[in-house]
This record gives sequence, structure tokens and C-alpha cells, in this order.
Amino acid sequence: MQSQMKESDPILEVENLSASTDNLPILKGVSLAVYPGEIHAIMGRNGCGKSTLSKIIAGHPSYNITNGDIKFLGENINSLEPEERAQSGIFLGFQYPIEIPGVSNLEFLRVSTNARRKFLNKEELDTFDFEELVKEKLEIVKMDHAFLSRSVNQGFSGGEKKRNEILQMALLEPKIAILDETDSGLDIDALRIVASGIKKISNSQTGIILITHYQRLLDEIKPNYVHVMSDGQIIKTGESDLALELEKKGYEWTDNFIKET
Amino acid sequence: MVKENLVKDVVKEPYKYGFVTDIETEKIEKGLNEDIIRLISQKKEEPKFLLDFRLKAFKKWQKMKEPDWAGLGYEKIDYQDIIYYSAPKQKEKISSLDEVDPKLLETFDKLGIPLTEQKKLTNVAVDAVFDSVSIATTFREELAEHGVIFCSISEAVKNHADLIEKYLGTVVPASDNYFAALNSAVFSDGSFVYIPKGVTCPMDLSSYFRINSGDSGQFERTLIIAEESSSVSYLEGCTAPMFDTNTLHAAVVELIALDDASIKYSTVQNWYAGDEKGIGGIFNFVTKRGKCLGKRSKISWSQVETGSAITWKYPSCLLLGEESVGEFYSVALTNNLQQADTGTKMIHIGPKTKSTIVSKGISAGNSKNSYRGLVKIGTKATGSRNYSQCDSMLIGDQASANTFPYIKSQQPNSEIEHEASTCRISEDQLFYLQSRGIEFEEAVSMMVSGFCRDVFNQLPMEFAAEADKLLALKLEGSVG
Repeated sequence: MQSQMKESDPILEVENLSASTDNLPILKGVSLAVYPGEIHAIMGRNGCGKSTLSKIIAGHPSYNITNGDIKFLGENINSLEPEERAQSGIFLGFQYPIEIPGVSNLEFLRVSTNARRKFLNKEELDTFDFEELVKEKLEIVKMDHAFLSRSVNQGFSGGEKKRNEILQMALLEPKIAILDETDSGLDIDALRIVASGIKKISNSQTGIILITHYQRLLDEIKPNYVHVMSDGQIIKTGESDLALELEKKGYEWTDNFIKET
Repeated sequence: MVKENLVKDVVKEPYKYGFVTDIETEKIEKGLNEDIIRLISQKKEEPKFLLDFRLKAFKKWQKMKEPDWAGLGYEKIDYQDIIYYSAPKQKEKISSLDEVDPKLLETFDKLGIPLTEQKKLTNVAVDAVFDSVSIATTFREELAEHGVIFCSISEAVKNHADLIEKYLGTVVPASDNYFAALNSAVFSDGSFVYIPKGVTCPMDLSSYFRINSGDSGQFERTLIIAEESSSVSYLEGCTAPMFDTNTLHAAVVELIALDDASIKYSTVQNWYAGDEKGIGGIFNFVTKRGKCLGKRSKISWSQVETGSAITWKYPSCLLLGEESVGEFYSVALTNNLQQADTGTKMIHIGPKTKSTIVSKGISAGNSKNSYRGLVKIGTKATGSRNYSQCDSMLIGDQASANTFPYIKSQQPNSEIEHEASTCRISEDQLFYLQSRGIEFEEAVSMMVSGFCRDVFNQLPMEFAAEADKLLALKLEGSVG
């Protein structure tokens, strides 16, 4: 329905994607297209395959694509390494950002930013220039400079970890950002900071996929489309009011759609 | 999983220093007996006390048994099948570097240790040891102005016999262990350092040990004496060619620190480790020990052990002086079929002595990496303290890591802390870094150097960069 009459080409196209891990099928034919400037929300029960979909798009090695394609800017990326996908502009905001002891956050952010810049044929930044850039971006997520000298995510609170994710998104300036439950574990203030950060970073040329359980993030960032997933499939797609309806009626309501299909 | 296999592949890197220098050498015949020892001593024109020292050590060695408590697996060493003296043929007396065989200079050039006046490292004095002999020592005059003696131990035997006679074997007695006894009997060359009272050595001192010959062992001996209120930072590097046979390296290092003196001894050990099937490589059986004789003296060992087929090495501190301090910072990386059993002994004898142990073991491939350490607090060591931290990192699922801490305290009024951890580079951590555009290999090496940071921070600055690079190289390889 969404693919008709668009002026530009999609940033991301997922076509009839099936995938499994340890021979256990997780995705069973997911299709999705994200065009420039669009915000998509994916909702659904725990275990329905939302996080798996995001990891597969980012190239997680634990999953095998058994059928279908993932296209980014028109190119099939099924066999690209995760770092190649990231360099070309796919960003995954982790539900549980990983702690990396001993690796300084600043150095990690710099190496990461430079990998993306290199891909874009932009000059790589030395430590001084990077300091300048990162200072500017810290503002967006209202993070203290002290976070930079700590090890990546180590000892960060849940909210700090999520803000660190958005900081990375701000530095990497992705074409598409898939944010996996970025709102979970955030208090109201942190949620506002994160939401306003996401809005500042995105523009008419970028696409965003929000994976969430809660309406409160969607109150802050209004999606163009809402998809409901169940058992590895998108069972319903609607506009932003679908999320409101879902909030009222619960996922049980969506179970009827499965019966229908 | 796919990436698990890649992690195994990533720790492969061809050994850069595996070349052999084609040079005419003077070798004595294989085998070990009293005549051989007399011959070595004679070649080195040694005084009688040293010959006696050697012969006594040899007698002890003959009665000793090769230790097997470390549980290292290797083919029995045939001590009669080793050449105990091998030296490049040179003019009898070399008065300046210009007379050193250009091939030797070129060898050290290739190893990144230029020795010639024009190219030599500007802030480090180097003693270059090739097989059994010291080739050259740089900056000698400059050091002499400060009263610092830095020369080969053979030279010290000739020119500073009193110091040698007074201190040699006082920290590591010949009877200490099997390999120390062997070294005491046949040691060929090594470095000697003497820092006079009150002098802070104006530059870092460094020895570079190169094994070139395949069938001879290297038995170097190093002695460092820091007089009252003096200090020195000493670095040691090691490489060897790739041979498909094993070469024995059994060194002894003795450090002596008097009142308020401090010695920092750093090693980057990159002997040839053998190939991925475990063929060839150096057997590295080393005894390193420092004696904090004086009050408030300090001895600090830092080591980055990446090479050798077998490493058996426990740089230790005898803390005799009141308030003396011993430190041990270690990174040991093993890969393929390498085996490392390394750690330290901190023997607290004097009151209010303090020791710190930080050990990081990284095991990849099918390797075996063990920390073995002893902290002993004696009856007189009131108010003494030890802190130990032993962390292991596993890469892949075939490697093993062990920690064997021994703690003996005979002094209730003392504190001993021990922390240990084991971690594995997880697929999730790698994916996280990769999903930020960081290449797989770089991700692994970032995590490994992050893991080692506490130790790298202890290394002299240039060395730290080199160590970081060395680990990255060892971890670099064919991905996918």
C-alpha cells in the first residue's frame, strides 16, 4: 500500500524475508519499504521477531537468511558484513547496548565515526577535530563530557546507555536508523531527551524504524506507518492511529488478524 | 557459528623477524661437559673465580632434575645436542662501531634497532646481543659521564670484576633451579648495568637479544645494580629466526636495588613461536629475580610475552628492605599450540613491604596460558601488603587459561588481596563494534588492547605503542 506513488526510491526494502537461527525459523516472510523522510514503528509481543528483524538488517552473524532480500539504496546487502552495512549508513540502536571493558568510549566513537567518514570520502578526524565534533553532538543528548573517558557502556545506567546509542547515531549520520526499544527503561525526562535527539538527527533524506512497545515514544515521534508483528510476520500495517488502537485493545486484538489470514 | 571460526583465523600473522643472517660464525662442538665449560671461560678470558662459579654450577646442575611441575608438554631436551657457544666471526678487538660486520648492523637495522651513529635511537642506549656475544653498545661515553656503566657482561667481567664477584649469583644462586644452574654454567653474554649512588640514569637502557643460529642455545645473563637513591629504566626485546627445530633459551636476570633505588625492567618477548602445527619455536626457560635490598627500594617488572613455543618465566621480587616495593605487570598472549606458564613470586621479608601483581593472559587457538604466582609474607614482614589481579581472556573455544595463585602468610598483621576473572570475547561485543562500522580485526584488537590497558600503562611510552602494535599484528590475519 505504501509503495505506490512515491517520488523517490526507497532507502530500505525488505522483501519476503525469512530467517532462522540454529535451524529455528524466526522470520517468516517479512516485507517492508522505508522511503526518505519516513518514520515506521514496529510493534508486537516479545518474541514476535522484531529484534531479530533489526539484527538481520544490521547483519548479525547468528541468523541465516533462508529466503528473500534486504535492499539498501537499491543494492542487495544480504551478504555484506555488519561493518560494511554500518559504513554505508545503516544504524542499529541496541535494545541492550553492549559493555566493552577497557575500550574508551571516546576512542570507540572516533574509530567508528572515521570508518563512516572514510566510506563517505570525507577526511578522517584526528583526536582534536573529533573532540570538537563530539562536543557538539553531546549537546543533542545532553550527555556530560565525562562519559567519553569511560569504557564503552561500562557502568552506564540504562538511560545513559540509550543516550550513548543516540550519540553514536548523531555522529554516524546514518541513512536509516533502526532503534530497537530505545525507549525501554527510560524515565520521562530521558525519553524526551532521546526523542528530541532522534528528531534532530533525522531529516527528509533519512528513514527511521522505531521498534517499541509503548505509545509514549510515538507521542513524541509521530510515525507515518505502524506495523504489527506476530510470529515472524507483519500481520497489520496502518497509520499512527493504529498504535493508539493497539494501546487500547492490547495485542490480543491483533490475534484476530492472524486467524483471518 | 560462523564468526567463532573467524576468531580462530584472526590470530594468525606471519612472523616478521624470521629471517636468518648469513654470517660466518665460530661455533664450538655440540655437547656439555667440564671441558666445554672451560673452553667457554677460556674464550672469554675469564678470571678464575668465574670459571669456578661455572664449574660449581655445572656440578649442581648434573645432580638436578628438569622441573615438570608446570605441566608443560614438550619433547625432552637433549642437552648434549646443543651448541653452547656461537659467535659471529669478527676482528679480535673492535674499537668502534665502524668495525662491526655490516651484516650484523644490517640485521639489527631490519629488526628496527639501528646501531650506527647516524641512525641510532636518540633516547635509548642499546646493547645488541647476537647469539652468544654482545655486538655493540651505544651511548657508552654519554652514560659514562654520569658514571653509569652499561656494557656486555663479558666486558664487565674484565673491567669491573669486583662488582661481578660481589653480586653475581647473589639474587639467583646457581642452585636455584635447573635452568638457572645450566645458565650459571654456560652463560655466554648479556648486559651489565651499574648506576652509581644518587644518579638517575639519563636515558632508558635497552638490550636486544637476537638468536640467529638454529642449533645453539642462548644463555644470556644480565645483572643490574642500582646504588642508593639511583634509578634506571631498562628495556629488553627478543626475536629469533624461524627454524623447524626448537632452540633453547635459558636466561638469568638479576636485579639489585639498594636504599631508595628504583629499577624498572620491561620486556617485550617476541621469540619465534613455532608454526600453527606447533613445529619449531623457542623454548624459553628464564629466571628473573630482583632483590630490594635497601630501604624504600623498588623493583618493577613489566612484560609483554607474545612469542616462544614454551614460556616458563616468573620475574620475582625479594622484598628485604623496609618499605620496599615490588611490582609485576604482565601481558601474555598465546596462540596456536603455544604454552605459557608465567607469573611472579613476591617474597615479603622486610616490614611494611608492598607488592602489586597485575597479570593479563590472552589465549587463542589451541594454546595454553597459565598464571602461576606466589605471594609469601614472612614472619618479620609486619604491615605488609599485596594486591593481585589476574585476568584471562579466551579467544575461540579451543584455548585454555589457568590461574594458580599460591598465598602463604606467616604474619597476621598483613593484607593480601587477590582478584581473578576470566572472560571471552563475545560474539555480541564483536557485533556491537562491527555494527558501528569497525572492521572485525580491528574490533578484536581494540578489545584485546583494552583488556591489557592496565599493563600497557606501566610500559615506557615508546614500548607501550610497540606492544600495542605487536598484539595487533599477532591478532591480524586472514578474515573470511
